[in-house]
Amino acid sequence: MPDPTPPPRHAVPAIIRVEGLSKTYDSGFSALQDVHLDIEEGEIFALLGPNGAGKTTLISTICGLVRPTGGRILADGYDVQRDFRAARARIGLVPQELTTDAFETVYNTVRFSRGLFGKARNDAHIEKVLRDLSLWDKRRSRILELSGGMKRRLMIAKALSHEPRILFLDEPTAGVDVELRRDMWEMVRGLRAGGVTIILTTHYIEEAEEMADRIGVINDGRIVLVDEKRALMRKLGQKELRLHLQAPLTALPEALDSGALALSEDGMELIYRFDAQQEHTGIAPLLRQLDAHGIDFKDLHTRESSLEEIFVQLVREGRA
Amino acid sequence: MNWRAVAAIYRFEMARTARTLLQSVASPVLSTTLYFVVFGTAIGSRIGVIDGVEYGAFIVPGLIMLSMLTESISNASFGIYFPRFSGTIYEVLSAPISALEIVLGYVGAAATKSLILGTLILVTARFFVDYQIAHPVVMASFLILTATTFSLLGFIIGIWADGFEKLQIVPLMVVMPLTFLGGTFYSISMLPPFWQTVTLFNPVVYLVSGFRWSFTGTADVAVGLSLGMTLFFMLLCLVTIYWIFRTGYRLKP
Repeated sequence: MPDPTPPPRHAVPAIIRVEGLSKTYDSGFSALQDVHLDIEEGEIFALLGPNGAGKTTLISTICGLVRPTGGRILADGYDVQRDFRAARARIGLVPQELTTDAFETVYNTVRFSRGLFGKARNDAHIEKVLRDLSLWDKRRSRILELSGGMKRRLMIAKALSHEPRILFLDEPTAGVDVELRRDMWEMVRGLRAGGVTIILTTHYIEEAEEMADRIGVINDGRIVLVDEKRALMRKLGQKELRLHLQAPLTALPEALDSGALALSEDGMELIYRFDAQQEHTGIAPLLRQLDAHGIDFKDLHTRESSLEEIFVQLVREGRA
Repeated sequence: MNWRAVAAIYRFEMARTARTLLQSVASPVLSTTLYFVVFGTAIGSRIGVIDGVEYGAFIVPGLIMLSMLTESISNASFGIYFPRFSGTIYEVLSAPISALEIVLGYVGAAATKSLILGTLILVTARFFVDYQIAHPVVMASFLILTATTFSLLGFIIGIWADGFEKLQIVPLMVVMPLTFLGGTFYSISMLPPFWQTVTLFNPVVYLVSGFRWSFTGTADVAVGLSLGMTLFFMLLCLVTIYWIFRTGYRLKP
């Protein structure tokens, strides 16, 4: 009988290990500073950060597109500089920009990608990849005839053509409509189920919230935080209780004006923020106090902080 | 060696040529044909014999060289510049390919195209002028050497260029004048002594002279020197390319 209990996350070996990575461009701009990061095999890792934080530089350095100034990167145990052939053979990259050979056909460009990675011709695999990405019917079309969404999928097909174990998706759903975005999420989950480790950068917090197992936040070239998504939300997430009043208030009664409670502009809502992790949230005393002051409410609801709010908070703290 | 990657790049580049046959093959063959008609047949009939060879036959090696040089540079420079311009170079640079394999793929394809073109021009010339090839093996060697060397130069230009204008500058502003002044249409022995000396600083002189020797058996400079200079130029290009990949110049920041 196999052990049904999965190993704890820290026991899973790192498929990508970044040690003390730094990158300073010739201009003197320091894009990465002493970055340490472990990506675990089989996970979906979301790298978040504002524009210019170093997300793309980090990915590009791992994939061999940018030369590091210092530090070391291992991909599946292989040094990406010294053992570049073994390391790169394991990595697929989908860059942010839709860069394709406009006059080439869909099928040929995917076959070209497979050849570049030194893999023997395998028409069955290319057919599978194109079918999985709903591009099989377009295999004879020239790339310039494809829509933006199809081009985006084609970039993924090219990256998957050589059967990588690690897939980097740099802003995979930038400029993609909602429906296609959801299709892509499904596809990424399918890849992970097939054993591919996914590292994605995104501006869409909901994307990370929806898909990632772990989240890394990068700002000013430094990794600010790495944690499991749920733990991150638990740790930093705040809850909000909104009470819809029976009658408007002009101001908060002095006894209730503790800072945790706020009155909406129209005076019809009381907003109470609390730490969901605390044993005593303060909700029960608040409700008793409201009753004591004769403040009635007709409805209430609670809301958890989104990852976006957490992210903004982290970045602000990092700048402070 | 990742031979599959070399083959993938080579096939990709050759397919691009096949898509643009009019521009990459038909156009240079047509323009060279016009040279044969105008200089070889029309004007050449009034010039007579140079170094014991009819003028029409005399210019055949020079015209083939002119086309080969410009097309080798154009093909190779465009081949590597366009992926840089469009951004698709990311795929080559992130693949498990060494610098040598990248060069073999791009330069090999560009040199092949030039060789096909040179052969086509050689065959086309036969319709207009009656020429002999005294040393066919040397001629083929010079063709291969020239196509490879100038494709290497084109590769360097394609990496150096940061716009389409720069891509055109070297073939049009440097190679074309050097070829015209390198004995394509005349023997350098026809020049005054001072200009004969100046001409010896033009590397194309050695190419044209050596190549012409393989046709006619006569040359402006010793054929060994021609071969040596061509190999030296190839070595210069190889050293430059080695430096490009070592430093990441315009490829990897």
